[in-house]
Amino acid sequence: MYAYILRRLLMLIPVLFGVSVVIFFTLRIIPGDVAATILGTDATPEALAQLRKDFGLDLPIYEQYLQWMGGVMTGDFGESMRTGKEILPDISSRFAITFELTMLSAFISWIIAIPLGIIAGIKRNSKTDFGVRVVSLLGVSIPNFALATVLILVLALFFSYSPPVGYVGFFEDPITNLQILFLPALVLGTSMAGAVTRMTRSSILEILRLDFIRTIRAKGAKERVVIFQHALRNAMIPILTIIGMQIGVLLGGTVIIEQIFSLPGLGQLVLTGINQRDFTVVQGSVLFIAFVFVMINLIVDILYSYLDPRITYK
Amino acid sequence: MKEFFQRLVSDKVGLIGFIGILLVIIVAVLAPVIAPYSPDRMFTEHTLEGPSSQFLFGTDELGRDIFSRTVYGAQVSLQVGLIAVGIGATAGLIFGLISGYFQGKVDQVIMRVMDVFFAFPDILLALTIVAVLGPSLTNTMIAIGIVFTPVFTRLVRSAVMSVKENEYLTSAVAIGVQPVKIITRHITPNIMAPFIVQITLALSGAILTEAALSFLGLGVQPPDPSWGVMLNASRTYMEFAPWTILFPVSAIVLTILCFNLLGDSLRDLLDPKLKQ
Repeated sequence: MYAYILRRLLMLIPVLFGVSVVIFFTLRIIPGDVAATILGTDATPEALAQLRKDFGLDLPIYEQYLQWMGGVMTGDFGESMRTGKEILPDISSRFAITFELTMLSAFISWIIAIPLGIIAGIKRNSKTDFGVRVVSLLGVSIPNFALATVLILVLALFFSYSPPVGYVGFFEDPITNLQILFLPALVLGTSMAGAVTRMTRSSILEILRLDFIRTIRAKGAKERVVIFQHALRNAMIPILTIIGMQIGVLLGGTVIIEQIFSLPGLGQLVLTGINQRDFTVVQGSVLFIAFVFVMINLIVDILYSYLDPRITYK
Repeated sequence: MKEFFQRLVSDKVGLIGFIGILLVIIVAVLAPVIAPYSPDRMFTEHTLEGPSSQFLFGTDELGRDIFSRTVYGAQVSLQVGLIAVGIGATAGLIFGLISGYFQGKVDQVIMRVMDVFFAFPDILLALTIVAVLGPSLTNTMIAIGIVFTPVFTRLVRSAVMSVKENEYLTSAVAIGVQPVKIITRHITPNIMAPFIVQITLALSGAILTEAALSFLGLGVQPPDPSWGVMLNASRTYMEFAPWTILFPVSAIVLTILCFNLLGDSLRDLLDPKLKQ
């Protein structure tokens, strides 16, 4: 097991190296002079030369990459081309917000989806099952930005409520923090719940058909025991797969949701970076998000073996 | 094939999806006939008017007819869906066939590159590509196409690897049939089932991603009538003109729902496990 984890961690190195190459060189394909884009058309040649020198843009491209990667390895993601401030502190403080939002959304989706999926699976082909299937399919089909916009509209029209603006940290004021994050997390959580409900339902159905469930029932076990101790545990593998995948989708989804709810998270940082053509910020934050994304996938893979001892890793 | 269509027709859910998609295609193709006005025509004396007999879905902040814009929006969505998925599916098919058939070092290289692309959340990768290429309809399609390539590659590769184990292919190799012929004549037709299901699901994904990018101002650019653009523009006025948001949202949700219904139904129909 430890050997497997170590091997997977080692395999992350070429993937993350590839990610850094893709981000770095993609952002350098942009036609035109980055310095001129940032300083505008009125900039003097001296100012342009200075900016190029400051950010190493006058060096050959492979040297720029090596310099950047050298920095990243030692925890220096460089400075913003716009503000001149260090990027890493900004990334980490904003990541805390994005991470909280992602986890809260995931939590909301689980408390909605898993019970609904189980009920639909147990009561197959009943009215409840049909209702759950329709709602979950709608959940999968409503884009989160559309749901967010409609939700804000409905709250404003019928309850004269508008979501709070700004952000307060959880440890500063937990209640205000949750008030701020609840709506965005609800939107992201419901959009994820559809997929998880569908997966929970189909895996429960598949497991309930198996011989060992019949044996457990024949031995006189209570239905509660059959479902929660045996069926659900075995059904967790595909559910966990979809949850792992969805957490990645949630991370991506935060880009849009943070924009709509004006949350100063990592997604908003990427978007502002893109709009302001601040490429050091974009490459740093995208690399960071990709790192978190692959780590989540790794954790999900490791959890498999915990839930299903039949899976052994060599 | 005939049996497949009979089963598709008997599955009501899939049929509803299929009919819905057909309707969207008809609306998109006949947009100039169905829409009463040009999507860009501004009726400056009728800005932000509610639905009426003159403007079926009302008008937006520039006095443009929302019904006409929604109808023309179907053209944009379908165009993006088809071309973006076309790019992703073609590239994925080529890479997947090469990877799955030849395996070895070629496979290693292709799959490691795909792993790198899998390390990005979809929307983030699309955003970065559009940021580099510049926001426009064409670049949105290219970006979504690139984002979808790894999924198709992985799917085709694994399908090829399982088909390759069949005896008729070992025999074909043994009697010296050229690899190109084996791939095009014998392997490709046999991996079409999962490939088609993935195309249906990818179409809804592409339409959704286009709407999301346009919503963020990085996809289709105004005044082009994309549903995402309309939704973004309506956010400022939605509280006192809810119809500006209602119709583009409904169009997005219903279209994606239809693709998902058909995709689900096709997956069930083509899954040999469920067939039994």
